[in-house]
Amino acid sequence: MTRLTVPKTYKLYIGGKFPRSESGRTYEVTTKKGAFLANASLASRKDARDAVVAARAAVGGWSGATGYNRGQVLYRIAELLEGRREQFIDELMATESLSKSAATAQVDTAIDAWVWYAGWADKYVQVAGNGNPVSGPYFNLSTPEPSGVIAIVAPQDSSSLLGLVSVIAPALVSGNTVVVVAHQNAPLSAISLSEVLATSDVPGGVVNILTGSPAEIAPWLASHADVNGLDLAGAEQLEWVDLQIAAADTLKRVSGPIVGVPAPSIERVVQWTETKTVWHTKSLI
Amino acid sequence: MTENDTAVSAKAPSFLDYAPAPESTSVLHLKKHYGLFIDGEFVDGRGDAFTTISPATEKEIASISNANNADVDAAVAAARKAYDRTWSKLSGADRGKYLFRIARLVQERARELAVAESLDNGKPIKESRDVDVPLVAAWFFYYAGWADKLDYAGLGPNPQSLGVAAQVIPWNFPLLMLAWKIAPALAAGNTVVIKPAETTPLSAMIFAEILQQADLPQGVVNIVTGAGDTGQALVNHPDVNKVAFTGSTGVGRAIAKSVAGTGKKVTLELGGKAANIVFDDAPIDQAIEGIVNGIFFNQGHVCCAGSRLLVQENIHDEVVDRLKARLATLRLGDPLDKNTDIGAINSKAQLDRIRELSNIGESEGAERWTADCAIPENGFWFAPTIFTNVSTSSRIAREEVFGPVLSVLTFRTPAEAIAKANNTPYGLSAGIWSDKGSRILAVADKLRAGVIWANTFNRFDPASPFGGYKESGYGREGGRHGLAAYLESAGWAAPAVTKGGKK
Repeated sequence: MTRLTVPKTYKLYIGGKFPRSESGRTYEVTTKKGAFLANASLASRKDARDAVVAARAAVGGWSGATGYNRGQVLYRIAELLEGRREQFIDELMATESLSKSAATAQVDTAIDAWVWYAGWADKYVQVAGNGNPVSGPYFNLSTPEPSGVIAIVAPQDSSSLLGLVSVIAPALVSGNTVVVVAHQNAPLSAISLSEVLATSDVPGGVVNILTGSPAEIAPWLASHADVNGLDLAGAEQLEWVDLQIAAADTLKRVSGPIVGVPAPSIERVVQWTETKTVWHTKSLI
Repeated sequence: MTENDTAVSAKAPSFLDYAPAPESTSVLHLKKHYGLFIDGEFVDGRGDAFTTISPATEKEIASISNANNADVDAAVAAARKAYDRTWSKLSGADRGKYLFRIARLVQERARELAVAESLDNGKPIKESRDVDVPLVAAWFFYYAGWADKLDYAGLGPNPQSLGVAAQVIPWNFPLLMLAWKIAPALAAGNTVVIKPAETTPLSAMIFAEILQQADLPQGVVNIVTGAGDTGQALVNHPDVNKVAFTGSTGVGRAIAKSVAGTGKKVTLELGGKAANIVFDDAPIDQAIEGIVNGIFFNQGHVCCAGSRLLVQENIHDEVVDRLKARLATLRLGDPLDKNTDIGAINSKAQLDRIRELSNIGESEGAERWTADCAIPENGFWFAPTIFTNVSTSSRIAREEVFGPVLSVLTFRTPAEAIAKANNTPYGLSAGIWSDKGSRILAVADKLRAGVIWANTFNRFDPASPFGGYKESGYGREGGRHGLAAYLESAGWAAPAVTKGGKK
């Protein structure tokens, strides 16, 4: 006799907790052939705003942690993801109709991306910062710091897990917190990743994941005055110029839509930082 | 009446009395009319010419061409041609040599530039002579050396220039802002169309002559004068690849909207409302000088001005008393006089804005104190002014006054100082005054501002990146970071993990 399986309820991930959408709405997630997989939460404007509040509250702790500490936490994500490889492979095979080898490649690449970015946490300052030889009795140092709260539309065309990881990991390296809208049609691995994050010593609120319609949620994030940066990586199918215009109201840093999944790069880390230059006056001896 | 009283009423000589020592304008060889500088030549603009005046006397200095859309088109076309045919083909070493030439020519004509700047802008000659113009030369000299070393700029090997840069600059440091924009753009291999501010085009016109003396290839730098609509036409021109703007947050916001979706690379240096934090252990003499320099330098027409003084409560009265005593010794008057500390407000419009916000400050309950100094009959002037008892919600504590107006607030603990300092949508600069190095480091870490001065204020250097957090804009000018605004990374070698990234 075959065992009756226990399906998972997929919810949002906000402030380290797994709430349903406050709107009570869900949407059906299916295989590419249309077979039912789950009812995912259809996040609302209120959920997005709650997520921003949680992300803002988490900025101090996460950006205040040492680079060494953040690096270890990000590396821990890779460790736990490695342990749950099979689950993610199965999920991707179901939601993206991938072959086993393609799903495996995507999960492995995502794990390795976490490892790669983890190593930057205590180094990017050395690469992006600078000691400046000014003409005067001053010790002058430029240091990159996280911008704050970054709202992200995850890549939507393929690679739902790798796409998500490729946009949130670089933002986290320097100490930003993120609110990310997951792949609309294949959101399950994003919520499963939340479970990994929740058990990887990533403080609650550092990563907030919304499932649902990017077209519905992104405008609220783009215009939210407490968001510092807007990553439109997966917004190519949206009215992304309007999103950029909305973001200009509070002069958010904006990164435009891209095709596919962004390759790991130090530029994606540095683009969500601000350079602070401090002039220290030297005394007379 | 005693003998003594008679002497006083006959005006005892004060140490502030001095014989006028105006800088001679004989070094200037101004034309009656200046055209636009396009493709290496002065040409007449097709818009209605306007007049630039001296804000100290309201007298006309010269008539200036006004660039309309067709002129902007011509300037961008010249820049594009120069980019395609000349500048992008030149070696970095040769680009650098042109910039070195410009630096030297600026030094050679430094006095002339300083006098022109003070005449047109209203800033004291001691500032244009000792700060603005020397920094202009330094800026070109610094970036000249970068032109053939771009592989070391931190953007990976062989970074690429962007193309034609559209640059719009403000009136507070006309020539210095021009240098901040042009020097890194040319070093990185771009060509430029720049629009000086409507009220301060004069030094840019002399700079155009310098470019001719440097024999800079035609079209590499084009200067279009005009007002906001000229700037708008330039920024929105479809054939520019880069937009660099320094000015108000309002205009910066409009630019960010208008370039959305165009793929133009943008850097914005916008407004600020800097906190200047004075702890009770601060070296008080230096702090008083620093506070004065922070807000009264350049009549307070400084985006990074220390316009919010946060004083530790226990030294508030002492600091305010000493500030008033110091301000009473500042000399306001003829910008060309070498003794002048406070020059003219740049324009009638700006003076009106300063008056309006100051009146609002008073009506919102702050106490106003203004230095008792004689105001010249003609021109635009505003005496140094301090507001005490300012609440954090008051408009003079939140909005950029862009004038010689200081708002004084207090704090008790470092945490309170940090919270108040960061309580603004701006994030351009901040100051910390304390004798305790470890505290300076800790506080500097927590301030959300792009430039922080510890026990000094308003220092600028071409090697030092400048630019804001939050609504003070994005991008940096100065230093290695300033090059990134004008270069595209050719891409670092992709790490091994990208293999298999695509399914």
